[in-house]
Amino acid sequence: MIPFRSFIVRSFSTTSNKIANLVKKNKVVVFMKGVPDSPKCGFSNAVVQILRMHNVKYDAHNVLEDEQLRQGIKDFSNWPTIPQVFINGEFVGGCDILLEMHRNGELIAELKKAGITSALLEEDDSPEKKTKD
Amino acid sequence: MSYTENYIQTKLIEGLNASHVEVIDESDGCGAKFSVTIVSPIFEGKSLLQRHRLVNSILEKELKTIHAFSQKTLTPAEWKK
Repeated sequence: MIPFRSFIVRSFSTTSNKIANLVKKNKVVVFMKGVPDSPKCGFSNAVVQILRMHNVKYDAHNVLEDEQLRQGIKDFSNWPTIPQVFINGEFVGGCDILLEMHRNGELIAELKKAGITSALLEEDDSPEKKTKD
Repeated sequence: MSYTENYIQTKLIEGLNASHVEVIDESDGCGAKFSVTIVSPIFEGKSLLQRHRLVNSILEKELKTIHAFSQKTLTPAEWKK
């Protein structure tokens, strides 16, 4: 009984350490269902599309390929659903939050803080793009 | 395990002292995909992430089986707009 329990604890903390490293590896890190070229869920797809609009380079991790990661990331960020977005090593939120930040301009500001210039910011300077919503 | 719109609505109204909660079951009745709009004074002065965390904490048990969940969290002032 005791050896079994200690194994569980160790395996959990290994996942947690692994994730702590993963989220810091790139300025923007996404945990999603599927991969950016082929998302397996509408919510994950929405995150991919938003980041594409801002022309952000990011690391993507497919939770469907790794059951330990799928549960581990939920425990790590205390967030029950996928996708999950991290900027500068900090948990930002899921699809709803990213969408709202995209709408209200917060995402551009958050990316800027991480030293990333959003492609939408550059577009905003050109007058012919001013008509977009 | 599946949940009804009414069940989710009641739980959110009670848990968040919400003045308005709209729950839409987008799963065609299988009870695993929901979209909710919540208006509550509790959200005042809280960031979007804090608001969503609050909602998640109320539905902690349910979100283990609900596999798609979308939320809008507004204060009464934001709701009027």
